[in-house]
Amino acid sequence: MDLPVSVLLFGITRDLTGQSAISISLPEHAKVGDMLSQLHQQFPALAGIRSLLVAVNGEYAESDQLLNQNDEIALIPPVSGG
Amino acid sequence: MITLTTDPIDVPAALAYLQSDQAGAIDLFLGVVRDNTQERPVDRLEYEAYDRMAITEMQKIADDAGLRWPILRYAIIHRKGTLIIGEMAVFIGVATAHRADAFDACRYIIDTIKQTVPIWKKEVFTDGEAWVNAHP
Repeated sequence: MDLPVSVLLFGITRDLTGQSAISISLPEHAKVGDMLSQLHQQFPALAGIRSLLVAVNGEYAESDQLLNQNDEIALIPPVSGG
Repeated sequence: MITLTTDPIDVPAALAYLQSDQAGAIDLFLGVVRDNTQERPVDRLEYEAYDRMAITEMQKIADDAGLRWPILRYAIIHRKGTLIIGEMAVFIGVATAHRADAFDACRYIIDTIKQTVPIWKKEVFTDGEAWVNAHP
């Protein structure tokens, strides 16, 4: 069974994809790294960002973290607050 | 006090919040929109945030600072939206009994905000625009 997830996009990732949220379907037991790989295939322009982190449910996540259906996932390009 | 807001920062109100009879020192850092980046003229900055996570990350920084220094009160206020030259983007205030702790904690808070809090600014130039820190 597939795992449908929605990914929030901010800053340069929103500009590069033209969307503020993307719905994608991942294989069951997909991890953060799998989600990133799929997004990079779908949006090759993401490779032009200096670094790209991922947050799951409002917390920074490592690439081996498992994803669940109702997770709030967000791409975090290099931050520049202040 | 931690605030993420589209409204202008009310400095007198924030300063009044920081004051107490125990506070012998209040250190403020004010981040203000500058009119150039490496000599390229800037017209305005556009800030956006992942609100929910920005608040929790700022809270983590404040909590961490509270473990490292004897902070009496703190105020962290960050703007989002469009800011023009001279507008205040961020206010960090720390109240402690003595000045060394206030200076150190204030610097720690702003330096760490710039590293971990999901807030982004786009510099809008007269002839283009760029997300800060985003490109290799």
